[in-house]
Amino acid sequence: MKSCLVVDDSRVVRKVARRIAEDLGFTCEEAEDGQKAYEACADNMPDVILLDWNMPVMTGIEFLERLREMPDGNIPKVIFCTTENDMEHIQRALQTGADEYIMKPFDGEIIGNKFLQIGLIEPEQLNQG
Amino acid sequence: MRITDFDLYKELLAQKSGLVITPDKSYLLDSRLTPVAKKWGYASLEAMTMALRGVPDRKLVQDVVEAMTTNETSFFRDTKPFDIFKDVVMKHMLDARQGQKSLKIWCAACSSGQEPYSLAMLLKEMGAQLNGWRIDILATDLSEDILDQAKRGIYSQFEVQRGMPIQMLVKYFKQDSERWLLNDDIKRMVRFQPLNLLEPMTSLGRFDIVFCRNVLIYFNEDNKRKVLKGISERLESDGFLFMGGAETVLGITDAFKPMQGQRGLYITKGGKHDVLGAAE
Ligand SMILES: C[S@@+](CC[C@H](N)C(=O)[O-])C[C@H]1O[C@@H](n2cnc3c(N)ncnc32)[C@H](O)[C@@H]1O
Repeated sequence: MKSCLVVDDSRVVRKVARRIAEDLGFTCEEAEDGQKAYEACADNMPDVILLDWNMPVMTGIEFLERLREMPDGNIPKVIFCTTENDMEHIQRALQTGADEYIMKPFDGEIIGNKFLQIGLIEPEQLNQG
Repeated sequence: MRITDFDLYKELLAQKSGLVITPDKSYLLDSRLTPVAKKWGYASLEAMTMALRGVPDRKLVQDVVEAMTTNETSFFRDTKPFDIFKDVVMKHMLDARQGQKSLKIWCAACSSGQEPYSLAMLLKEMGAQLNGWRIDILATDLSEDILDQAKRGIYSQFEVQRGMPIQMLVKYFKQDSERWLLNDDIKRMVRFQPLNLLEPMTSLGRFDIVFCRNVLIYFNEDNKRKVLKGISERLESDGFLFMGGAETVLGITDAFKPMQGQRGLYITKGGKHDVLGAAE
């Protein structure tokens, strides 16, 4: 089974995202800031990371910079999920090594489609969700 | 809604747009047509229905038809067909049209434009491979309102997130606060034109590739057959047809046959595709 790490300082958002990822057939871990996410990755590299931008302790973009320097840090697909919805943020995310970018609010269909596009799932897995 | 009124709309929709409506969907008539009655200044839906029994305004009929059609669409809808377009169809065409360097594509029910624009972006991405090619993308729809929207090329955040890779958004759109504006160079690649699929299509000329997705699903079998026959006559002998995920030609017409292993892709009965395997 593929694994997903949900990084967001809002418990509610983490729960929603987790449900969506689980429906798509992923096992899920949660982290409430970039630092916790970093530790989780040092422990166990996930296949995909859903990443908020603004969080206390360590932001999403700081986490991404560090992640990509870790051994095996290029393995996870990283999808930003954030209220930051301007071109500057999107471009910075892509330059830092994000694979996809979702502007909140999101729903299961949007996440499912992104998973499909970056090759995390097959079309059949989408229809079950 | 009274059954005689239901029958009037059923008849009118079948005739004007091909849409099949069943009695269990009669609530949809009420909820979607009441605003139309209001817009036209009728006291009630019944009053409008009465007017439609006489000699109705052509524009009123159009409004009724448009209110009942589904415009649901998205960029790169279903993802896979666009991979097939690139990897199978364009691969064939690059070779087969190398001499004339021209390609004609038709989106036969384009709604607000996401489908033809997705193709335009994909072709743009092919870059140098298509240098010097003349590429014509014709996009048609029954609804003139939706075509106006398509021509503007302005989309909401929700619309640009549904199905479109983020790199495409960054490359081909400009942001205007909550709205995303498609760049002119992509917009210019697509021609929009009103067309009812139930009407003759011979004036359109011929095409190499036709997208007719998620529209025949609303039609009865006769109309499906008629439209598919019309399309088959518009297609070059080695042309391709894309249909929606829930649609098929099987049991409806033998003008087309499905391509093995390529879901939603069809070729004409006598189609010549030496390299590509088609189902028998
Ligand atoms: C559900 S949308 C499909 C859009 C796009 N092809 C896709 O797959 O996403 C169906 C479209 O078909 C159009 N339509 C319905 N009846 C039609 C007809 N008789 N002739 C042409 N277009 C029609 C509607 O106006 C609507 O925009």
